[in-house]
Amino acid sequence: METHSVLPEFFLELGWINLAYLVASILFILGIKGLTHPRTAVRGNALGALGMLVAVVATFLAKGLAFPYILAAIAVGSLIGAVAAARVPMTAMPEMVALFNGFGGAASTLVAASVILENGSHLTMQPLVATGASGLIGTVTLTGSVIAYLKLAEKMKSGAIHFPAQQAFNALVALVAVACGVWVVMQPDNATAYWALCVVSGLLGVLLTIPIGGADMPVVIALLNSYSGLAAAATGFVLDNNVLIISGSLVGASGIILTSIMCKAMNRSLTNVLFGTLGPTAGSATADEVYGGKVKATSPDEVAMLMDGAQRVVVVPGYGMAVAQAQHVVRDMANVLEAHGTQVEYAIHPVAGRMPGHMNVLLAEADVPYDKLIEMDAINPTMGTVDVCMVIGANDVVNPDARENPQSPIAGMPIIDVDKARTVIVVKRSLSPGFAGIPNPLFAADNTLMLFGDGKKAIQDLVAALKEQ
Amino acid sequence: MEGLILLLTIFALAVFVGFEIITKVPPTLHTPLMSGSNAISGITITGAILAVHVSSSPMVLWIGFGAIVLATINVVGGFLVTNRMLAMFKRKD
Repeated sequence: METHSVLPEFFLELGWINLAYLVASILFILGIKGLTHPRTAVRGNALGALGMLVAVVATFLAKGLAFPYILAAIAVGSLIGAVAAARVPMTAMPEMVALFNGFGGAASTLVAASVILENGSHLTMQPLVATGASGLIGTVTLTGSVIAYLKLAEKMKSGAIHFPAQQAFNALVALVAVACGVWVVMQPDNATAYWALCVVSGLLGVLLTIPIGGADMPVVIALLNSYSGLAAAATGFVLDNNVLIISGSLVGASGIILTSIMCKAMNRSLTNVLFGTLGPTAGSATADEVYGGKVKATSPDEVAMLMDGAQRVVVVPGYGMAVAQAQHVVRDMANVLEAHGTQVEYAIHPVAGRMPGHMNVLLAEADVPYDKLIEMDAINPTMGTVDVCMVIGANDVVNPDARENPQSPIAGMPIIDVDKARTVIVVKRSLSPGFAGIPNPLFAADNTLMLFGDGKKAIQDLVAALKEQ
Repeated sequence: MEGLILLLTIFALAVFVGFEIITKVPPTLHTPLMSGSNAISGITITGAILAVHVSSSPMVLWIGFGAIVLATINVVGGFLVTNRMLAMFKRKD
């Protein structure tokens, strides 16, 4: 490996640092393996942290490090990280993950910058190409994540932003970014080339993220997660560092898998999410045609009576439930029902919430046991035996048009078959449409009752009514 | 060239290992998986530390400083917030 290494000799003498990196890599893999079950997940996370400690301590053994700077930087980063981790509300996890993806990308860009500024003229082809890749992917990840963060935190308009000839313009910027990458390889001692690459890649990251909005944000976060891993792996090729390559590819694989799960759950291709638009089409009916005179409103007292005799109740939560902060009162409702001998479960659609698995975390925070959270594919075959199905804060993911109307813009999207339950209660402020912007025939179905109002207040009244019985 | 092939081998095998274990993570834990993999991508901290060398130019020193701060936020914040979430899943056993 010594033929093209860019590292100072002190590092190569200590080949056993690579042995410590191997241990760290194994601990990361065991750590992710721990995440395959909630029981082993805490230990898995601890193994991952231990792996990171091993890698950092091993790196400290390299000679000639400027420790005052290193320790000060670690102290600053630890303080910021610890405060952020302790304070972030669970509803804001998507923003935090988006921002952290960006930090990962930025760190990779900066490490590659340090190598090219220090050793640029001595670099061979492999580290040079890797430096270009690291700068490009890292900066796209940084600016893309910042846009995703601003959209998720509602600090900028969350909808898709389009302008004329967008595709062509983006392709042009991408070409210029690649050209800058070639410039870096041709003139490695010219720092301007690297910074130009960063500026153009930064612009590209913004351009690729602004046309994506609303319901597609979970896909973007997962994809940027993958990019942050790939940026780390590219930096591994710059430094001949195995642990960076291994960890980076684990994270890259994880992000890609989650991206593909999210796309499947919306029945869309990644290309369509990234470049296409979703909106009402000519084939969809208007709200008046769908709802006209057929929507039945109900009251908490009536719902309490329906639930009183129920054997099986299923709750279908959407992000609206978290916005209304209703997850805790929903859990209270489940407790009362369970005390009456009713079986209560939660049906979770893969895109419920604003990032993969978000709804599960929000319900876990409200002390709902994870074995009561049933995946869509597992619960759909049994929906016919459900006495009362309560939809709270969800809309498009329970729209039967996805299954029955080939003209619908969401046709083919997998949904939770709530309409097959004996009675469906939809808790909602009004008949306003979801992200897809289309009316939902479920609200007008014979077996559906609408419980209009704020989610939290409506369920509180329902719990009070249930307790009176 | 031999070194590059070796690194590519490691990369390819790690991607396969990643796909094999991550497809087994249940949807319930996908958010902790993302925050946990954020923490793991903070491994860039090792590269950042090596950049902060006594012989580094002041500019590189500060670039390395910035990289360490960002990577440490990922590492510390990522592992702590993942632990906070997973504790919520665990206590109902």
